[in-house]
Amino acid sequence: MTDVIIMILTSIGTLFILIAAIGVLRMPDFFLRLSVTIKAATLGLGFIMGGTALFFLEFSVTAKVTAIIFFLLITAPVSGHMIGRTAYFTGMKLWKGTVLDELKGKYDRKTHELTSDGDHAQEGNDPVDEL
Amino acid sequence: MLNNYLLYVILPTLSIAAILVFVRFLKGPFTLDRVVGLDFLINIGIGIIAIYSVVTDHSAFLDVAMILALIAFLGTVALSYYLEQRGKQ
Repeated sequence: MTDVIIMILTSIGTLFILIAAIGVLRMPDFFLRLSVTIKAATLGLGFIMGGTALFFLEFSVTAKVTAIIFFLLITAPVSGHMIGRTAYFTGMKLWKGTVLDELKGKYDRKTHELTSDGDHAQEGNDPVDEL
Repeated sequence: MLNNYLLYVILPTLSIAAILVFVRFLKGPFTLDRVVGLDFLINIGIGIIAIYSVVTDHSAFLDVAMILALIAFLGTVALSYYLEQRGKQ
């Protein structure tokens, strides 16, 4: 019975990770790739770790698995936000089908500060340097 | 039953996912694409380590997974912070 539950959990997790990998390869834009990666990878890893905890059923292993899941849940949004912020500052091109860019003109590109008015509006999305 | 399923279905699927991400890692037009790809590659590695610890019945491998999660976060933050500060004036 436990085996079946472990198989189901790991299958769901692996499916999420596979879908995220296909998305990373196929998405047309950096920001779309980023949004595909972070969420799906965290969820898939959580499922796989749950299956591992269920297989061992020891206190020490469960504590380790909980620590890993907790750590992933904390760090994934932070690193995702930092990468997205960097990409926006360095002038990463948006996909041509993008409808809305709510941050356009709100950021000072030189000092990297947020302003509520559009004083520092900069037209054009040209990259600062070759990345 | 469980071991065979993990060994012949789950681990190859994770390997295929790793290969797909590695293609993006090699191709990625910008450095930031490579940073995201590297982060995701390490995450897939954590999953593979967890499955492998189930297959071999050694729970000690999970320590490696924990350290790897730490290092992936540090590497991602360091690289993105460096790339952000480089464009600043």
